[in-house]
Amino acid sequence: MSLTANDVKKIAHLARLGIAEQDVEHYAQDLSGILDLMTKMGQLDTAGIAPMAHPLDQTQRLRADRVTETNQREHFQAIAPQTEAGLYLVPKVIE
Amino acid sequence: MSSQWEAVIGLEIHTQLSTKSKIFSGAATAYGAEPNTQACAVDLGLPGVLPVLNEDAVRKAVTFGLAIDADIAPHSIFARKNYFYPDLPKGYQISQFELPIVGNGHLDIEVDGETKRIGITRAHLEEDAGKSLHEDFHGLTGIDLNRAGTPLLEIVSEPDMRSAKEAVAYMRKLHELVRYLEICDGNMQEGSFRCDANVSVRPKGHAEFGTRAEIKNINSFKFVEKAINHEIERQIDIIEGGGKVVQETRLYDANKDETRSMRSKEEANDYRYFPDPDLLPVVIEESLKAEIRATLPELPDAKKQRFIAQYGMDGESAATLTSSRELADFYEQVVTESGEAKLATNWLTGDVLGALNKAGLEIGDCPVSADRLAGLLKRVADNTISGKTAKQVFDKLWNGSETADEIIEKEGLKQITDTGAIEAIVDSVIAANPGPVEQYLSGKEKALMALVGQIMKQTQGKANPAEVNKMLIAKLKG
Repeated sequence: MSLTANDVKKIAHLARLGIAEQDVEHYAQDLSGILDLMTKMGQLDTAGIAPMAHPLDQTQRLRADRVTETNQREHFQAIAPQTEAGLYLVPKVIE
Repeated sequence: MSSQWEAVIGLEIHTQLSTKSKIFSGAATAYGAEPNTQACAVDLGLPGVLPVLNEDAVRKAVTFGLAIDADIAPHSIFARKNYFYPDLPKGYQISQFELPIVGNGHLDIEVDGETKRIGITRAHLEEDAGKSLHEDFHGLTGIDLNRAGTPLLEIVSEPDMRSAKEAVAYMRKLHELVRYLEICDGNMQEGSFRCDANVSVRPKGHAEFGTRAEIKNINSFKFVEKAINHEIERQIDIIEGGGKVVQETRLYDANKDETRSMRSKEEANDYRYFPDPDLLPVVIEESLKAEIRATLPELPDAKKQRFIAQYGMDGESAATLTSSRELADFYEQVVTESGEAKLATNWLTGDVLGALNKAGLEIGDCPVSADRLAGLLKRVADNTISGKTAKQVFDKLWNGSETADEIIEKEGLKQITDTGAIEAIVDSVIAANPGPVEQYLSGKEKALMALVGQIMKQTQGKANPAEVNKMLIAKLKG
């Protein structure tokens, strides 16, 4: 499996990562190398082996449904760039 | 819809699970709080925080799965769904992709007297996003993260529905079910029950699906039907005009009754789902399933069948009375206390629901409690008051706090059971109205009504009309 320069640009855009034009080819090669290794691993016979969802061989602990957090808005908003009427303000996201 | 086309509809319904705290944090989920007062460090996605799963959210998801006869995953995992939007502070939503907690199940709907089984592909747990307020912040967007992290169960149906009517029937049935199970309050104004519809059309008889459009966030039963019908028409127009439907997300505008394009639907893999390393696999033991199964309430379909069998009511009344658990419980309490199933059915489906409807109230807010209504029905059943007087008493029950017996006593509404007293009035009316008496005896049946009317007037409506009729005829013919 081989990634094209366009694939790299698309992935970078989805992850909101800035990549310099001259580095694109380099990333394409490196990432393709990783995918090649995945393809190789995919050829191994894994019949009878349960898929692993997490490297720790443990299961999720659950918490009781209780409200344990109090209002700390002022505390949190002290580090926000801009707030108003209790809201966090961000650049407009719709046209 | 022109007859050579067939619609194919699948629904994705987001139900907000009615937990006290959020799915991955201990912040409150109460609706309507001041902005950002219920958004803790976990909900804000601050560095170093870890999600811890809410046990009650898991139990509610399992409850739903058992109620739709679905497979409950013994192992279930959480995944990150990656996208950027300011009301999603982490840059990903914790959701489920592979191994959702609820697998294949089904729900039966009834449309035009026919029962149809709708498949449910899956139901998965996820966290809700915050809210963006786009108005009035000097060109900026305001973000309220109180809703961020609220537990949702997204219920995905198979594309089994063929009309907007079926889609609405399915949505109503699901709405009824989640409220019966008490896993969701079903409040659509507050966004506790939201629907997205996937709609496509194809030539009738074709097995292949057409290209679908997704209509987002339709938040009332009325709009679902209108939005889907509108979308079906739009797609048929495009195809008949020689065009092609594009896969996209559309928003329904209730004011204009039309859908408009939102944004080209991103490919599913653009969300780059991967297992969330912050959360371990969730294991659902058989013992938990058994425990929850034992506490499942009687479900709407079963209750409806039982009402028909036990109380001898028709299907329509049974459907009405079992449409919510509160109403069904109210009905059964009235029956238990009055011993009058048939009267209770007629009164509840008629006067009581009529009055509630007029006042815009739910059964939970009914000013006449079940035991006060039962008190009234007992007096109708034992002929203390006539059906007509009962309606007056009901108005007084509705507007006051006295019992039916107190009202009947105070207002002197008791039917006259003293035959001697009625007889005297009957005799005097016969003596005072020789004209109508003559007419009746010469064969004019209608003249009798005038005499009964006179007697009822003199008894102030407290005589039993059937008794009066019988006595009058006996006297006239005797």
